[in-house]
Parts: sequence; structure tokens; C-alpha cells
Amino acid sequence: MLHALVAESWLTFHWSDFLSNFWNATFDGLTFGAIYALVALGYTLVYGVLNLINFAHSEVFIAGAYAVIFTLSGLGFGPSPPTLSPIAIIGDLLVALLAGALTSAIVALLVERIAYKPLRARNAPRLVFLITAIGMSFVIQYAFFLWRGAVAEPSVTMYQDKAIFIVFGSTIYLSQLIIVGAAVLMMVGIDQLIRRTRIGRGIRAVAQDPDTATLMGVNRERIIMTTFVIGGALAGAAALFYVMKVPQGVIYNGGFILGIKAFTAAVLGGIGNIRGALLGGLLLGMIGNYGAYLLGDAQWIDVVSFIVLVLVLMVRPDGILGSNLGKVRA
Amino acid sequence: MTSPIEDVAASQAHADEQAEETRKPTRFAGLQRWWNGLARPQQWLVLGLVAVLLYALPLLNPPLLTTPGYDFPIVLCDMARFALVALGLNVVVGQAGLLDLGYIGFFAVGSYVAALWTSTDSTMVKIPYLATLPLAMIVTGFVGVVLGLPTLRLRGDYLAIVTLGFGEIIRLLATIIPALKGNTGFQNIGSPPGAWNGKPVFTITNGTPWFWLFLTVIIVVTLLLGNLERSRVGRAWIAIREDEDAAEVMGVPTFKFKLWAFTIGAAIGGLSGALFAGQIGFVNNQKFDVATSMLFIAAVVMGGAGNKFGAMIGGAIVAYLPYRFGFIADKKYLIFGVVLVMLMIFRPQGLFGARNHLLAYGRSIKRQAARLRRDARGDAALKEGA
Repeated sequence: MLHALVAESWLTFHWSDFLSNFWNATFDGLTFGAIYALVALGYTLVYGVLNLINFAHSEVFIAGAYAVIFTLSGLGFGPSPPTLSPIAIIGDLLVALLAGALTSAIVALLVERIAYKPLRARNAPRLVFLITAIGMSFVIQYAFFLWRGAVAEPSVTMYQDKAIFIVFGSTIYLSQLIIVGAAVLMMVGIDQLIRRTRIGRGIRAVAQDPDTATLMGVNRERIIMTTFVIGGALAGAAALFYVMKVPQGVIYNGGFILGIKAFTAAVLGGIGNIRGALLGGLLLGMIGNYGAYLLGDAQWIDVVSFIVLVLVLMVRPDGILGSNLGKVRA
Repeated sequence: MTSPIEDVAASQAHADEQAEETRKPTRFAGLQRWWNGLARPQQWLVLGLVAVLLYALPLLNPPLLTTPGYDFPIVLCDMARFALVALGLNVVVGQAGLLDLGYIGFFAVGSYVAALWTSTDSTMVKIPYLATLPLAMIVTGFVGVVLGLPTLRLRGDYLAIVTLGFGEIIRLLATIIPALKGNTGFQNIGSPPGAWNGKPVFTITNGTPWFWLFLTVIIVVTLLLGNLERSRVGRAWIAIREDEDAAEVMGVPTFKFKLWAFTIGAAIGGLSGALFAGQIGFVNNQKFDVATSMLFIAAVVMGGAGNKFGAMIGGAIVAYLPYRFGFIADKKYLIFGVVLVMLMIFRPQGLFGARNHLLAYGRSIKRQAARLRRDARGDAALKEGA
């Protein structure tokens, strides 16, 4: 019986491919990782404040992606690179970014108000929250399915991507620099927002101890709404970079697996930890790409990410940086 | 001086009284009272009649229930499959209170076990189809342990997302592992032996024998699970569901019992998967959409998590509606998603919620409590008369 099991081809390892593409996989992985990290922030913030996995966050993200692609095609972008001046392109991309962030923030807020608030008011058991969350996720997903069908949106090219320089024999593209740079910038901004501003202090207070925070005059409901809006806006921003990187990836269930990977990134870095989300995202992006090259199919990225999730939970469930939102110091 | 059992019966009678006062009378209240009033042998008799009726369903093909455009016995198979799945998932979600969002993954593993060991497309050793049923349960149970070990020690949220990922990953693995043949899949999956008038009984075109097989499996599993629920294990599950910390403090090894619930649930999922593979005779990677997991959860929650009969009815309804009312077929994920959210907000106990009752001393206590209440009512009536 064992012979019959082994005789068939289950796994094949492509070591030479992996080694020759190592740096390529690394840089591309970092680019994907930056996108995961931005989405992971939404999970981490909500988890920090409400102790809840917002399963609908992946659909918050894909709603933003739809908004980005609609905005861009409305502005005249198509499958071939636009012939506008760089300034005009940047302007249009900023509009798309804004549209994505706004849409995602609204969807996130709606999810909070419709699905979670009534349960919080009733003090429902945790299981109920999770079931509503997954229910909301599927409702949004299949609303897009009924509206846009089971096909991906026509792809949009934002600009002519070009090689910038070569590191370790691997070409670095403009898009990779933009995505990683912008994501890191946004993460730093959010980190500072949480550490230094009044809103950030409120979020940290509610994450630490909701009851005491309320007694100290923090409006808990408003903080929760703010958290969902921030997380949503970041997911919408991530959506722009996602469309930039995977133009043919906007489909009704396109957010689903990305959501699981983003959650894995959050857990890997330490859920509830903002810097952890960045670290986890970048690491997961690289690990997934290494797995894909080693096993010879891009779809292995998802499987490898899932195995990473299970391993992290087994070995170090608190993640690498392992602290929570409440413990962040100002 | 009263015995402990009498005390317990008295407190149960009191609790029932209060429950009746506070609860709004439901549509099923009369039915429930009638059922509780029956003696045990009478209850068995009624259940037997219901079972006979169910077995006769594919032959009767009742006009209002029938599904235009679809073969009714095949639809019944689908309903029975969902009922079996809901029964298994109810152990995990309803009894132990663990959210398993990747049940389709276990179902898929069970299907592939049946396919790999019986299909002519597989190069592996062939075994009789019926032997794959226990094998599927063992393999999926093992997968359940592998997934449960790292996650069940943590908070329930992690289990939810890990199982959700698992449901999707299994489908991906079926696509990218060459031995699992992706979209091509496996045809000519085995079926149970047996011939009638020289023709095999179990074929992919005739749903009736398969429905009977499903029904028999459901009855056996229900009886076994019923025993389990009334045992120490079942009490431990409910304690964990209601308050895990309290259960741990009271000496319930929570991790062990959660793992048991998860594994048993997984094994039942695998069993239904193997049955499904045999019934439709073809398995490929397209049959295990993770969205179906959401339908499974909706079935359990709609029927009433914790009540296995409710869960089974929920499963049958979820499978039946898209066939009966064809226009909802492509909207079913949206509709049941909305139903799920609405239920959680407005009626979290589902259509047939599990009744809270004492778990110790078994059924006798219920009857004793009912007698006490009857006596009390009799006394009150006497006093009014006097």
C-alpha cells in the first residue's frame, strides 16, 4: 500500500530553480509582503480593540479593489500603459487611492454597524461574533458575484513598469519600489498615529481595558468605529497596490485567500502588534515565494502560507514580536 | 428527608416552570408537550414510523415536496448528505462550541480517500468500496488531530481561521498535486456490492438505494452520538461550550475533549465525503468550494446548534431549497449568508433551539420533573375547588 502511495508523484522539489531565482523571489516576495502587511493591519487593529477576527476584512479589501479598478477605468486607463505625463498619472493614482480607501472604510464601517454592534449590545458569546463575521464575509463576496459575475474585471495598467537597477543579478522594478516604499511609509504613519495622537491613545486605552477606558471618558463606540475606518482605509490603499501588482486579480472571491494570508502575516508578527504586521507581512511574502519556486507552482504560495500559520500557532502563537496593541508605549 | 434525585427533579420542575412562563409559546410548543408526554416505547414507535416514512420518500415522490427538473431521489441523497454533514458539524459547533469553518475540507479528504482506493483512474491498490468508509473516517480523523493539536490549545478564533484556510488549501492541493489529478479527477469510483435481477443495485443514476444507505448511516450515527451526548463526554462538551474556564477549573480536561469533538466531527465529515464520492461516482477539485462550508454552518445554526435533530433538519432544508425553488439556486450563498447574519442577530438559538435541561441522571429526571409539576397543578386545582 505504501508503495502505491509513494509511486505516484505527490511532490517534486526544484532546487536549481529555487537557487537561481532566490533574489528574484526575495524582492518579489517583499512586494507582496508589503500588501499583506497593509491588509494585516486591519486584522491587527480590530483584534487589538475588540478581540475579534474580522473575517469580513478580506471583503473590505476586495471592495476597495473594485473601487480602484472602476475609478481607473473611469479615468480612461485600459490594458495598455497610458500616454499621460507622469504628473497626471500620479494625480490619477492618488484619486484611485482615495476612492479605494474611502470605499473600503465605508464597507468596514457598515460591517461593524450591521454585524457586530447589535451583538456587542447584547453581550453575545464569542462564537456568535465569529459566525456573523463569516456570514458577512460571504454576503459581501456573493453580492459582488451576483453583480459582476464569476469573471475577473478587465485589467488596468497604471504606468509603464521599468527596471530601475540590478541587485545580486536580480532586476528591481519601479512598481516594486513604489509598493514597498509606500506601504512602509503608511505603516510608519499608522504606527506614529497609534503612539502619538489622541485617537491613538484612545485605541490603546480600549485595547488595554475597555471598561476602565470608558470610565476615563473614552468613547468606546467611537474608538471602535475609528478603528474599523482606519483598518478599512488601509485595506483600500492596499487594494491600489494589489491592482498595480496583480491587475487581473480583481474577482469576487479574490480577497478571500489574500485575507487568510494577511491574517497569517498578522499572527506571524504578533497579532495586535503594528510593527509585527509589517515584519510578518514581509517575511510571509518571502517565505511564500520561496515555497512557490521550490515546489514549482505559484499556487503553492497559499499552501505554504497556511503551513506557516499552523506552525506559528504550534510553536509561538504570540508571533515574533509577540505583544499586543494595549502594551504599545507612547 | 428527600433523596438527591428527588431534589434534582424538584429543581428541574421549577426550572421548567420558569422556562414556560418566561418563554414565548412557540409554534412547536404543543408538539413538544405532546412528545414529552409520551412514554418511551411510544416515542420509539413514533420514531420508527417517521423512519419508515423517510425510507419510503423516494418511492412516494410526494407531489408538493417533489422537485421539478431534478430527479427526486438524487435530491433526497443531497439532503441526506447535508443532514449527515450537519449532524457531524453539530458535534463540533453545537456541542463543543468550536467554530469549524473548513468542514468541506474534511468532506473532501473523505471523498479523495474513496476515490484513490477504488477508482479505476487511480494507480493505488484497490479495496472494496465499503472498506473505504471506515478508512475515510480514520484518515479524516487523523487530519482533524493534526489540525486540532496546534489550534485547540488557543482561543477559538484561531481554530476558526485555521479551519477556514484548511478548507481552501485542500482544494488547492487537489489542483497542484499531480497524484490528485486536479480538474480531470477520478471516475468510476466504487460502490457497494449487490445486484437485483442481474443489475447492480448501486449506480450513479439511481438515487434511491444510495438514499437508503445514507439514511441508515444517519440513523446509526445519530444513535451513537446520542449515547455519547448522554455520557461524561457529552457533559464535558457542553461544559466547555458554556464556559471553558469554569469547565477547566471543575476538572474537565478541556483540551482533550475539544480534540475529541473536533476529531469525531472530522471523521463524520470524511464519512459523508466518502459516501458522496460513491454516490456521484466522480471526484475532482471543483466539488469542494469553501463557500459550501458556509452552507454547512448555516445548516447547523439554522436548525439549532446543539440540537442534533434540528441540525439535521437545517441541513436538509439548506440542500432542498435551491432544488425546489430553482430561481434561488445561484443566489444561495448570498441568501444563506444573510440568513446566517440575521439569525445570529435576532434568533441565535436557531429554529429548533436546544432546550436547557439537566444532564445528570439521564432521562428519568425529566419524567420525574414532569410528574412533580402535574402533581403541583393537581394540588392547586384541588385547593381552588375547596
